[in-house]
Amino acid sequence: MKNIRNFCIIAHIDHGKSTLADRMLQITNTISDRDLQEQTLDNMDIERERGITIKSHAIQMDYEQDGEQYILNLIDTPGHVDFSYEVSRSIAACDGALLIVDATQGIQAQTISNLYLAIGNDLEIIPVLNKMDLPSANPEEVKDQIEELIGCDREDILSASGKTGFGVESILEAVIDRIPAPKGNPKAPLRAMIFDSVYNSFRGIIAYYRVFDGEINKGDKVKFLNTGKEYSADEIGILKLKQEKRDSVKTGDVGYIISGIKEAKEVKVGDTITHIANPCEQMVQGFEDVKPMVFAGMYPVDTDEYEEMRDAMDKLQLNDASLTFEPESSMALGFGFRCGFLGMLHMEIVQERLEREFNMTVITTVPNVSYIATDKKGEILNVHNPSDLPDPSKLEFVEEPYINAQIITKSDFIGPVMSLCIEKRGILKNQVYLTTNRVEINFEMPLAEIVFDFYDRLKSVSKGYASFDYAPIGFKRSDLSKLDILLNGDQVDALSALIHKSNAYYFGKKICEKLKELIPRQQFDIAIQAAIGAKIISRETVKALRKDVTAKCYGGDISRKRKLLEKQKKGKKRMRQVGNVEVPQEAFLAVLKLND
Amino acid sequence: MAGIYIHIPFCKQACSYCDFYFTTHLLDKQDFLDALIKEIATRKTYLKSLPIETLYFGGGTPSQLSTKELQAVIKAVCIHFNVIENAEITVESNPDDLTEEYLQQLFNIGINRLSIGIQSFKNEDLELMNRAHNSQEAENCVALARKSGFKNISIDLIYGLPNATLEDWKTNVEKALQLDTEHISAYNLTIEKGTPLAHSVTKGRITIPSDHEVVLQHNLLIELLAKSGLEHYETSNFAKKSSRSKHNSSYWKGTHYLGVGPSAHSFNGSSRSWNISNTKKYVELIEKEKSHFETETLSLIDRINEFILTGLRTAEGIGLVHFESYFGKKALSNLLRESQESLSKGLLEKKQHRLIVTARGKVLLDGITSDLFFEK
Ligand SMILES: Nc1nc2c(ncn2[C@@H]2O[C@H](COP(=O)(O)OP(=O)(O)OP(=O)(O)O)[C@@H](O)[C@H]2O)c(=O)[nH]1
Ligand SMILES: C[S@@+](CC[C@H](N)C(=O)[O-])C[C@H]1O[C@@H](n2cnc3c(N)ncnc32)[C@H](O)[C@@H]1O
Ligand code: SF4
Ligand SMILES: [Mg+2]
Repeated sequence: MKNIRNFCIIAHIDHGKSTLADRMLQITNTISDRDLQEQTLDNMDIERERGITIKSHAIQMDYEQDGEQYILNLIDTPGHVDFSYEVSRSIAACDGALLIVDATQGIQAQTISNLYLAIGNDLEIIPVLNKMDLPSANPEEVKDQIEELIGCDREDILSASGKTGFGVESILEAVIDRIPAPKGNPKAPLRAMIFDSVYNSFRGIIAYYRVFDGEINKGDKVKFLNTGKEYSADEIGILKLKQEKRDSVKTGDVGYIISGIKEAKEVKVGDTITHIANPCEQMVQGFEDVKPMVFAGMYPVDTDEYEEMRDAMDKLQLNDASLTFEPESSMALGFGFRCGFLGMLHMEIVQERLEREFNMTVITTVPNVSYIATDKKGEILNVHNPSDLPDPSKLEFVEEPYINAQIITKSDFIGPVMSLCIEKRGILKNQVYLTTNRVEINFEMPLAEIVFDFYDRLKSVSKGYASFDYAPIGFKRSDLSKLDILLNGDQVDALSALIHKSNAYYFGKKICEKLKELIPRQQFDIAIQAAIGAKIISRETVKALRKDVTAKCYGGDISRKRKLLEKQKKGKKRMRQVGNVEVPQEAFLAVLKLND
Repeated sequence: MAGIYIHIPFCKQACSYCDFYFTTHLLDKQDFLDALIKEIATRKTYLKSLPIETLYFGGGTPSQLSTKELQAVIKAVCIHFNVIENAEITVESNPDDLTEEYLQQLFNIGINRLSIGIQSFKNEDLELMNRAHNSQEAENCVALARKSGFKNISIDLIYGLPNATLEDWKTNVEKALQLDTEHISAYNLTIEKGTPLAHSVTKGRITIPSDHEVVLQHNLLIELLAKSGLEHYETSNFAKKSSRSKHNSSYWKGTHYLGVGPSAHSFNGSSRSWNISNTKKYVELIEKEKSHFETETLSLIDRINEFILTGLRTAEGIGLVHFESYFGKKALSNLLRESQESLSKGLLEKKQHRLIVTARGKVLLDGITSDLFFEK
């Protein structure tokens, strides 16, 4: 056990975690040069295509130092804020963390938030400056920042390049020297903590765990303490590039278990595995369920495909425990699901995975946050869909979720960043200079305000020099109104939104204008109206289509014309009927495109 | 039966609206003619040995060829194909080319149908379109053609022109009717991408009439022509009794045809081919006996959709009996199901086992058509 090290790699997005992991896999011969790809651990298609890590990946490496054989369990984590819960679950299985900082970028928002997650779990932190091969690397200044942030000695900061491999051996050396070996009692009853699960269509649900006490053997009768479910450990093993079967996994080590788990929800990350016959007394301290931050309706484009979609959602959830969904129906869109996501990127990724892995094209409605509504009788209602909000006359008040937003930027951009946050109903809480020209700003803001176009605007006002992180801080009362959209007098439930009163008029006008662009002309005039309660606050008209006919159609025109009309038919098939109006899919996301 | 289309790519000058394939360089005319005649020989098996009932010189501007040149091409066709006696032989022409002498020669070499691109009788319109003729030539050409013996004459008109009012259009139509031709093609001006006209419109230098105005011009056209006994037999075509264009009808009826010359299209029931749209390359490829066309095989659904597309453009509509015999019972019931909506909106009607576009549906034809399309 003294020769095991469990550690994770944490950083701000794109600072080079996965690339550095590649180099470690290489040096330790965990992977042959033939199998090595760029960011080998990012094994999902969507990760490879987008070049980002979405899911944590655990892998075991063997390494020899000074004649001693070591087992190094590494977990590569994602950097994007949407997936920070992945980081927190990885951290719980580790004793140390490599904190990677891009030497050209310096400390960014997720550097700080992930660092605090690690410190909160008493992890030994090894700071590493990465991308030192780049001429724009600024090691001295970034070292200042790190020293200031962690309070470490300057000499303790390592330098490396995931690109050239420079410094990677010294990182492994530091892992062995500085990160403590796992503690735990090999003789005590089994106590292992689940930190991840994956689904494989051939092998079913596979749980990953770290053994804190005792050992687990093949064939053991085990129990998951939290769910109370009992299983037989049909197959156990360790996590190399591929899973490798073992007869036992011992104290301090990281492994997997296949035990005929049927449903994704049986595997709760943070749950404790123990023996049925000789259970441990205390659970490993688990962590909370992930809470979805944004909600949106997802509907099959083809209304007949509801059952297939449910099937696809179930399967997807096996691989993505953070996805939540429940059935929902909409007048405009038919039967579908109200889904909860960790953030906008997560939502985008779910939609893309449904398309690519399950061949399901879906219509996604405008995302919203969840609200707590209290009616005049004092009853409290959780609202995940604006159209579920009680009638204004029965409503006492509404609360919306707030976050603490942390933004790190260059001092040149403080002005525009502040105005943006204030425009987004933010309240300045704190402002600290990290160095003479880098500042950290903290704002309290409604979560709903960052769902729409916040990232893009932040990026543009700061010319890309701002990083952003947030954490929920609970609900607050807000002056919100429900804005409805009507097409020829029929309300489009999927387009309702809860908007702060001060923005409602502006918003109503913009969305009517956008819808006018998106709804194709039809054989009659279409009135687009925005309303709050019974009051119409904005109106646009899509004029009737009066002429739609091609004059010439000779030999060559026939194929061309056919293809054009076939495309039109396809587009029309994908439209939804609201009253007598055909509404294209894009219209349901109109709100997101108001600034295009 | 079958038809042959011959594309003559030369024009005197470029009309501002036109995106047909043409060139204003007359330099390589002889090379082109040699290649054309060679192509006719090499593709002699394309139509098996079906009797050829129509020959059509289109363009570009076929009247840019001398009658000798036209005659040489006709001769080549007759050598390699089974051209029936009294075949319909059409030449597209521009008024400025139509001298008395030229017309007489055309008639003498056996051209029995003349199509004249008049477009408008108004000088302002003709200038805006950058046509090579003037209003005088537009008004005189038909009489000259009659004098030379032509009994089957068609004229082309364009409506929805920039600045043209309903009154202007009415005058044009009335002038056209006075000429008393057997056939009129009247096209709604299409702003084709990449043309000088499209450029002027995007730049805001020219404004085209609103859809509403164009619909009024369209309706007036149909009304006036009907009164004069011209039947509206295809979206843009009108004819006196038994004076329909046989050749063009073959496009709408699924008859096989061979197209020769640059950009020409061919159809043999199961595939479509199109020649390269570049005269220089066309000549080179033919000379070197390399492939000068691309081919696309039509799937069953492609054929169904083309049947729908072309059928709805004609006065006869989609013949349901034919449809069923070609494509089967299931396809028919699918078609009928998809047609429900347009039928109930009064855009389509079912008459004597035919689906026909109503007067109201005519201006919305494209949408009605795509609604009936089958999906892959
Ligand atoms: N020049 C240089 N580029 C690097 C280095 N390390 C990573 N990169 C590049 O930086 C980009 C991000 O690298 P990743 O390894 O995917 O970063 P990551 O931290 O895993 O990103 P997420 O998992 O999405 O947070 C890629 O384009 C890498 O090629 C380095 O040391 N030098
Ligand atoms: C391509 S031309 C060939 C005949 C001859 N060159 C001429 O101009 O009369 C055939 C006819 O198509 C019509 N046409 C061409 N381009 C058009 C457009 N953009 N919109 C409407 N009609 C068009 C014109 O009426 C023209 O007479
Ligand atoms: S309309 Fe006729 S003359 Fe004018 S450019 Fe087109 S083909 Fe040539
Ligand atoms: Mg990564």
